[in-house]
Amino acid sequence: MTLSAPARWALRATMALGLVFIYVPLLLVLVNSFNGDRTFAWPPHDWTTQWWAAAWANEGARQALLTSVEAGLGATAIALVLGTMVAFAVQRFRFFGRDTVSLLVILPIALPGIVTGIALDSAWRSVMGDLGIGKGLFSVVVGHATFCVVTVYNNVLARLRRTGTNLEEASADLGAGPWQTFRYVTFPMIRSALLAGGLLAFALSFDEIIVTTFTAGPGITTLPIWIFNNLFRPNQAPIVNVVAAVLIVLSVLPVWLAQRIAGPEAGASRT
Amino acid sequence: MSTVVTGPGRKAGSFLHRHPGLRLAGFLSAPLLWLVVAYLGALAVLLISAFWTVDGFTGETVRAFSLTNFQTLFSEEVYRNVTLRSLGVATAVTVICMLIAVPMAFFMAKVASPRSRHWLVIAILTPLWASYLVKAYAWRILLANGGPVDSLLGGPGNGPGYGLVATVIVLSYLWLPYMILPIYAGLERLPDSLLEASADLGARAGRTFRSVVLPTLIPSVFAGSIFTFSLSLGDYITVQIVGGKSQLIGNLVYANIGAANNLPFAAAIATVPVLIMVIYLLAVRRSGALEEL
Repeated sequence: MTLSAPARWALRATMALGLVFIYVPLLLVLVNSFNGDRTFAWPPHDWTTQWWAAAWANEGARQALLTSVEAGLGATAIALVLGTMVAFAVQRFRFFGRDTVSLLVILPIALPGIVTGIALDSAWRSVMGDLGIGKGLFSVVVGHATFCVVTVYNNVLARLRRTGTNLEEASADLGAGPWQTFRYVTFPMIRSALLAGGLLAFALSFDEIIVTTFTAGPGITTLPIWIFNNLFRPNQAPIVNVVAAVLIVLSVLPVWLAQRIAGPEAGASRT
Repeated sequence: MSTVVTGPGRKAGSFLHRHPGLRLAGFLSAPLLWLVVAYLGALAVLLISAFWTVDGFTGETVRAFSLTNFQTLFSEEVYRNVTLRSLGVATAVTVICMLIAVPMAFFMAKVASPRSRHWLVIAILTPLWASYLVKAYAWRILLANGGPVDSLLGGPGNGPGYGLVATVIVLSYLWLPYMILPIYAGLERLPDSLLEASADLGARAGRTFRSVVLPTLIPSVFAGSIFTFSLSLGDYITVQIVGGKSQLIGNLVYANIGAANNLPFAAAIATVPVLIMVIYLLAVRRSGALEEL
């Protein structure tokens, strides 16, 4: 479409303003983590690195980080298996209720988190509670895996749609068994989709707070819950700020990884 | 690769090959067990418990069918107000995200050079990985009394401060990338040649936009709106961080589970956003939005 010069400039300006809107709050957190003033008086007058040292020494934050990583890895592992299975079923077969299955996979993320949260909480209490399994890290993993399936599903489904079945048929014609075909043909084709979906699943789990609030057992504190608990305590503010700054810096990592592994399109396939 | 599997593995393989139904069952069993039994089962229990009550004297859940919760929900004004407020916030956030996202996505997909397009996609994607809480927290600092926004606008109290307006701003900020990405993906699939053909046939930019771009745009915008709408509707964290004293549906649900310890009533309130979301999903499904997710 041939756009007039003013229209082009207007679009360019909107893009620039949009990026400023997106990045200024994040930069502010980074700058503030070096703000020497405890109450973050703005603009900052003096600078310090003491909050970074204090945050590094904070036992609660470190423990929470570890819990978050554990929950994320568990949820990602389950999501990888389940998401891949559904994607194969939906893409490679025609069956009654196929559309319903894909709707079902989206549902846990389309419904408000608080609904998924209390549903899992009350179900856990009435079913697993009777079996004597209380809430703990495992219930968090179960809750997270439920809404993480969709990221793996979407990535693998898109990949299967693009690759088709020709190579697998050729492999079978050449005498490979199903396992060999999977090991040497199918798996290499979907590997990068699995990585992209897995990364998204991990990030989703790592960041989740609402479902976590309802599924975490006593004493299980993930990093988002730790941040939330300390957000309203003025004397913890500098440490919260450093943790926030670290998370912002770390957020560059998965994007960079996805770029390296699968090219720009991988990162663009959304949740 | 040269080894050929023989024996039982091979036999099982060819047996499965001849019976696609069994293969399908194999693929579907575990995921459906999880999603239908664990998740839908949990949702069903939630729905049922919305019809139970809590004995005001003993605090025990009474497992007998009763419409009391829904009567309270519909008759008391506070619940109607909170529902309308939540709907208003979710709608406002969706509209704001749409207004910002459409020009940005259009610029990325159709105006920017392929090279800068690549970097713009990365620039939009990166903040998605930054923590939700961190972003809400950043706005808590920005909007604080005497904080950066206030001093930009000339002094303490000049900015919006904490409240419903702040909640809308922060939720729009949080969900903006979820709106940009589907719209960008939709527009990117629209071939440039179609736009040129439209121009060759004499259409001005406005006409091309209406007749060629808009039909692609609508399903992607709906796809994005599923995220912005649903995520805003269920939110009760952001509103606690920057919302001042404002309450949304999520806060009511949370308060009834925590302090009031009335799970049946919380479940009854929670059916409201579920119902709204199901209606919304069914409505936008017709536009093909679910394919764009």
